[in-house]
Amino acid sequence: MEDKQYMEYVHTHAQKSSHVTTLIWAFAVGGFICCIGQAFADIFGAVLPNWEKSKIAALVSMIMIFLGSFLTAIGVYDKIGVHAGGGSIVPITGFANSVVSPAMEFNKEGIVLGMMAKMFVVAGPIIVAGTVSSVVTGFIYWIVGLF
Amino acid sequence: MDIFLGYVKAFAIGGLVCMIAQILINKTKMTSARILVMFLLLGVVLEFVGAFKFIEEFAGAGITIPITGFGSTIVKGAREGAKIGLFESVTYGFRNMAAGLTAAIFFGFFFALIFKSHSKKV
Repeated sequence: MEDKQYMEYVHTHAQKSSHVTTLIWAFAVGGFICCIGQAFADIFGAVLPNWEKSKIAALVSMIMIFLGSFLTAIGVYDKIGVHAGGGSIVPITGFANSVVSPAMEFNKEGIVLGMMAKMFVVAGPIIVAGTVSSVVTGFIYWIVGLF
Repeated sequence: MDIFLGYVKAFAIGGLVCMIAQILINKTKMTSARILVMFLLLGVVLEFVGAFKFIEEFAGAGITIPITGFGSTIVKGAREGAKIGLFESVTYGFRNMAAGLTAAIFFGFFFALIFKSHSKKV
Protein backbone atom coordinates (compact mmCIF):
# COMPACT_ATOMS: atom_id res chain seq x y z
CA MET A 1 0.00 0.00 0.00
CA GLU A 2 2.81 2.36 0.93
CA ASP A 3 4.59 1.51 -2.30
CA LYS A 4 1.45 2.22 -4.22
CA GLN A 5 1.00 5.61 -2.56
CA TYR A 6 4.62 6.45 -3.20
CA MET A 7 4.24 5.52 -6.87
CA GLU A 8 1.16 7.71 -7.11
CA TYR A 9 3.07 10.58 -5.51
CA VAL A 10 5.97 10.15 -7.93
CA HIS A 11 3.61 9.82 -10.85
CA THR A 12 1.66 13.01 -10.17
CA HIS A 13 4.77 15.09 -9.46
CA ALA A 14 6.75 13.77 -12.39
CA GLN A 15 3.80 14.49 -14.65
CA LYS A 16 3.53 18.06 -13.40
CA SER A 17 7.10 19.04 -14.23
CA SER A 18 7.03 17.29 -17.60
CA HIS A 19 3.66 18.90 -18.31
CA VAL A 20 5.19 22.40 -18.06
CA THR A 21 8.24 21.36 -20.10
CA THR A 22 6.06 20.06 -22.94
CA LEU A 23 4.12 23.33 -22.98
CA ILE A 24 7.32 25.37 -23.30
CA TRP A 25 8.57 23.10 -26.09
CA ALA A 26 5.25 23.29 -27.93
CA PHE A 27 5.18 27.08 -27.61
CA ALA A 28 8.78 27.56 -28.79
CA VAL A 29 8.71 25.15 -31.73
CA GLY A 30 5.20 26.19 -32.84
CA GLY A 31 6.12 29.85 -32.67
CA PHE A 32 9.37 29.24 -34.55
CA ILE A 33 7.59 27.38 -37.39
CA CYS A 34 5.10 30.26 -37.68
CA CYS A 35 8.01 32.71 -37.92
CA ILE A 36 9.47 30.70 -40.82
CA GLY A 37 6.05 30.94 -42.49
CA GLN A 38 5.98 34.68 -41.84
CA ALA A 39 9.43 35.01 -43.41
CA PHE A 40 8.30 33.22 -46.59
CA ALA A 41 5.15 35.38 -46.71
CA ASP A 42 7.27 38.55 -46.42
CA ILE A 43 9.79 37.38 -49.04
CA PHE A 44 7.15 36.30 -51.58
CA GLY A 45 5.17 39.47 -50.88
CA ALA A 46 8.24 41.51 -51.86
CA VAL A 47 9.36 39.35 -54.80
CA LEU A 48 5.88 38.84 -56.32
CA PRO A 49 4.14 42.19 -55.79
CA ASN A 50 1.38 41.58 -58.36
CA TRP A 51 0.21 38.30 -56.81
CA GLU A 52 -2.98 38.38 -54.75
CA LYS A 53 -2.61 37.95 -51.01
CA SER A 54 -4.57 34.68 -51.00
CA LYS A 55 -2.33 33.23 -53.74
CA ILE A 56 0.79 34.15 -51.77
CA ALA A 57 -0.72 32.48 -48.68
CA ALA A 58 -1.38 29.31 -50.71
CA LEU A 59 2.18 29.34 -52.04
CA VAL A 60 3.58 29.77 -48.53
CA SER A 61 1.57 26.81 -47.25
CA MET A 62 2.84 24.72 -50.18
CA ILE A 63 6.44 25.62 -49.32
CA MET A 64 5.84 24.84 -45.65
CA ILE A 65 4.28 21.51 -46.62
CA PHE A 66 7.32 20.77 -48.76
CA LEU A 67 9.63 21.52 -45.83
CA GLY A 68 7.52 19.42 -43.46
CA SER A 69 7.48 16.54 -45.94
CA PHE A 70 11.22 16.72 -46.56
CA LEU A 71 12.11 16.88 -42.86
CA THR A 72 9.79 13.91 -42.28
CA ALA A 73 11.41 11.99 -45.13
CA ILE A 74 14.93 12.43 -43.75
CA GLY A 75 13.70 11.54 -40.25
CA VAL A 76 14.27 14.94 -38.63
CA TYR A 77 10.64 15.97 -38.11
CA ASP A 78 9.76 12.99 -35.93
CA LYS A 79 12.77 13.73 -33.73
CA ILE A 80 11.57 17.32 -33.31
CA GLY A 81 8.08 15.96 -32.61
CA VAL A 82 9.27 13.85 -29.67
CA HIS A 83 9.90 17.05 -27.71
CA ALA A 84 7.65 19.55 -29.47
CA GLY A 85 4.36 17.57 -29.43
CA GLY A 86 1.62 20.04 -30.29
CA GLY A 87 4.23 22.48 -31.58
CA SER A 88 5.00 20.13 -34.45
CA ILE A 89 1.47 18.76 -34.96
CA VAL A 90 -0.69 21.89 -35.33
CA PRO A 91 1.33 23.91 -37.89
CA ILE A 92 0.72 23.00 -41.55
CA THR A 93 4.09 21.18 -41.52
CA GLY A 94 2.46 18.75 -39.07
CA PHE A 95 -0.28 18.08 -41.62
CA ALA A 96 2.46 17.27 -44.14
CA ASN A 97 4.08 15.01 -41.56
CA SER A 98 0.77 13.22 -41.00
CA VAL A 99 0.63 12.42 -44.75
CA VAL A 100 4.27 11.54 -45.42
CA SER A 101 4.91 9.53 -42.27
CA PRO A 102 2.28 6.80 -42.87
CA ALA A 103 3.02 6.87 -46.62
CA MET A 104 6.65 5.93 -45.90
CA GLU A 105 5.71 3.52 -43.15
CA PHE A 106 3.25 1.51 -45.26
CA ASN A 107 5.24 1.67 -48.50
CA LYS A 108 6.48 -1.85 -47.78
CA GLU A 109 2.89 -3.17 -47.97
CA GLY A 110 2.71 -2.17 -51.63
CA ILE A 111 2.34 1.02 -53.59
CA VAL A 112 -1.43 1.02 -54.11
CA LEU A 113 -2.92 -0.60 -51.00
CA GLY A 114 0.01 0.29 -48.76
CA MET A 115 1.37 3.73 -49.50
CA MET A 116 -1.43 5.37 -51.49
CA ALA A 117 -4.23 4.11 -49.25
CA LYS A 118 -2.61 4.48 -45.81
CA MET A 119 -1.34 7.97 -46.68
CA PHE A 120 -4.76 9.21 -45.53
CA VAL A 121 -4.91 7.48 -42.14
CA VAL A 122 -4.53 10.84 -40.37
CA ALA A 123 -5.11 13.26 -43.26
CA GLY A 124 -8.42 11.61 -44.28
CA PRO A 125 -10.42 12.98 -41.33
CA ILE A 126 -8.97 16.44 -42.04
CA ILE A 127 -10.00 16.31 -45.70
CA VAL A 128 -13.48 15.07 -44.78
CA ALA A 129 -13.94 17.73 -42.08
CA GLY A 130 -12.68 20.42 -44.45
CA THR A 131 -14.87 19.32 -47.35
CA VAL A 132 -18.02 19.01 -45.24
CA SER A 133 -17.48 22.42 -43.66
CA SER A 134 -16.79 23.97 -47.08
CA VAL A 135 -20.13 22.70 -48.42
CA VAL A 136 -22.07 23.65 -45.28
CA THR A 137 -20.63 27.16 -44.98
CA GLY A 138 -20.88 27.73 -48.75
CA PHE A 139 -24.52 26.70 -48.73
CA ILE A 140 -25.27 28.99 -45.77
CA TYR A 141 -23.55 31.90 -47.53
CA TRP A 142 -25.57 31.18 -50.67
CA ILE A 143 -28.90 31.07 -48.76
CA VAL A 144 -28.03 34.28 -46.90
CA GLY A 145 -27.02 35.89 -50.21
CA LEU A 146 -30.50 35.25 -51.63
CA PHE A 147 -32.13 37.71 -49.23
CA MET B 1 11.13 47.58 -36.24
CA ASP B 2 7.60 47.01 -37.51
CA ILE B 3 8.73 43.89 -39.30
CA PHE B 4 10.44 42.63 -36.16
CA LEU B 5 7.27 43.23 -34.14
CA GLY B 6 5.35 41.20 -36.74
CA TYR B 7 7.62 38.23 -36.07
CA VAL B 8 7.20 38.60 -32.30
CA LYS B 9 3.41 38.56 -32.73
CA ALA B 10 3.54 35.58 -35.12
CA PHE B 11 5.76 33.73 -32.63
CA ALA B 12 3.54 34.55 -29.66
CA ILE B 13 0.16 33.67 -31.23
CA GLY B 14 1.52 30.67 -33.16
CA GLY B 15 3.18 29.42 -29.99
CA LEU B 16 0.01 29.97 -28.01
CA VAL B 17 -2.11 27.96 -30.48
CA CYS B 18 0.39 25.09 -30.30
CA MET B 19 0.51 25.33 -26.51
CA ILE B 20 -3.30 24.99 -26.29
CA ALA B 21 -2.98 21.88 -28.47
CA GLN B 22 -0.30 20.54 -26.13
CA ILE B 23 -2.53 21.15 -23.08
CA LEU B 24 -5.28 19.13 -24.82
CA ILE B 25 -2.78 16.37 -25.63
CA ASN B 26 -1.53 16.23 -22.03
CA LYS B 27 -4.97 16.36 -20.42
CA THR B 28 -7.04 14.21 -22.77
CA LYS B 29 -4.48 12.00 -24.55
CA MET B 30 -5.95 13.08 -27.89
CA THR B 31 -4.26 11.70 -31.00
CA SER B 32 -2.81 14.02 -33.61
CA ALA B 33 -5.68 13.35 -36.05
CA ARG B 34 -8.24 14.59 -33.52
CA ILE B 35 -6.12 17.62 -32.67
CA LEU B 36 -5.73 18.55 -36.33
CA VAL B 37 -9.46 18.14 -37.06
CA MET B 38 -10.33 20.21 -33.97
CA PHE B 39 -8.06 23.10 -34.92
CA LEU B 40 -9.19 22.96 -38.55
CA LEU B 41 -12.80 23.32 -37.36
CA LEU B 42 -11.71 26.10 -35.00
CA GLY B 43 -10.33 27.96 -38.04
CA VAL B 44 -13.57 27.32 -39.93
CA VAL B 45 -15.69 28.68 -37.07
CA LEU B 46 -13.43 31.71 -36.48
CA GLU B 47 -13.55 32.61 -40.17
CA PHE B 48 -17.29 32.01 -40.40
CA VAL B 49 -18.12 34.30 -37.47
CA GLY B 50 -15.69 36.91 -38.83
CA ALA B 51 -13.15 36.83 -36.00
CA PHE B 52 -10.35 35.27 -38.02
CA LYS B 53 -9.44 38.35 -40.04
CA PHE B 54 -8.84 40.39 -36.89
CA ILE B 55 -6.52 37.72 -35.48
CA GLU B 56 -4.82 37.48 -38.89
CA GLU B 57 -4.27 41.24 -39.04
CA PHE B 58 -2.64 41.07 -35.62
CA ALA B 59 -0.69 37.80 -35.77
CA GLY B 60 -0.10 37.15 -39.50
CA ALA B 61 1.49 33.74 -39.95
CA GLY B 62 0.92 33.01 -36.25
CA ILE B 63 -2.67 31.99 -37.08
CA THR B 64 -2.41 31.13 -40.80
CA ILE B 65 0.47 28.64 -40.56
CA PRO B 66 -1.29 26.48 -37.93
CA ILE B 67 -4.01 24.29 -39.47
CA THR B 68 -6.55 26.96 -38.41
CA GLY B 69 -5.37 28.89 -41.49
CA PHE B 70 -6.33 25.94 -43.68
CA GLY B 71 -9.84 26.01 -42.21
CA SER B 72 -10.06 29.73 -42.80
CA THR B 73 -9.10 29.54 -46.49
CA ILE B 74 -11.83 26.92 -47.02
CA VAL B 75 -14.51 29.29 -45.69
CA LYS B 76 -13.01 32.22 -47.64
CA GLY B 77 -13.38 30.17 -50.84
CA ALA B 78 -16.93 29.19 -49.96
CA ARG B 79 -17.83 32.84 -49.34
CA GLU B 80 -16.37 33.93 -52.69
CA GLY B 81 -18.16 31.11 -54.50
CA ALA B 82 -21.50 31.95 -52.91
CA LYS B 83 -21.36 35.37 -54.61
CA ILE B 84 -21.39 33.60 -58.01
CA GLY B 85 -23.99 30.86 -57.56
CA LEU B 86 -25.08 27.66 -55.83
CA PHE B 87 -22.66 25.40 -57.72
CA GLU B 88 -19.70 27.64 -56.93
CA SER B 89 -20.77 28.06 -53.29
CA VAL B 90 -20.36 24.33 -52.59
CA THR B 91 -17.24 23.76 -54.73
CA TYR B 92 -15.02 26.83 -54.24
CA GLY B 93 -14.20 25.89 -50.65
CA PHE B 94 -12.55 22.69 -51.83
CA ARG B 95 -10.83 24.65 -54.58
CA ASN B 96 -9.03 26.62 -51.88
CA MET B 97 -7.88 23.35 -50.29
CA ALA B 98 -6.27 22.36 -53.59
CA ALA B 99 -2.85 23.97 -53.04
CA GLY B 100 -2.25 22.38 -49.64
CA LEU B 101 -3.67 18.98 -50.57
CA THR B 102 -1.75 18.82 -53.85
CA ALA B 103 1.52 19.61 -52.11
CA ALA B 104 0.91 17.13 -49.27
CA ILE B 105 -0.20 14.26 -51.52
CA PHE B 106 2.44 14.81 -54.20
CA PHE B 107 5.35 15.16 -51.78
CA GLY B 108 3.97 12.30 -49.69
CA PHE B 109 3.99 10.02 -52.72
CA PHE B 110 7.33 11.28 -53.99
CA PHE B 111 9.23 11.04 -50.70
CA ALA B 112 7.67 7.69 -49.77
CA LEU B 113 9.08 6.27 -53.01
CA ILE B 114 12.59 7.60 -52.41
CA PHE B 115 13.13 7.43 -48.64
CA LYS B 116 12.98 4.51 -46.23
CA SER B 117 10.84 4.81 -43.09
CA HIS B 118 12.60 6.10 -39.96
CA SER B 119 9.68 6.01 -37.60
CA LYS B 120 10.51 2.60 -36.10
CA LYS B 121 13.71 3.96 -34.57
CA VAL B 122 12.01 6.48 -32.28
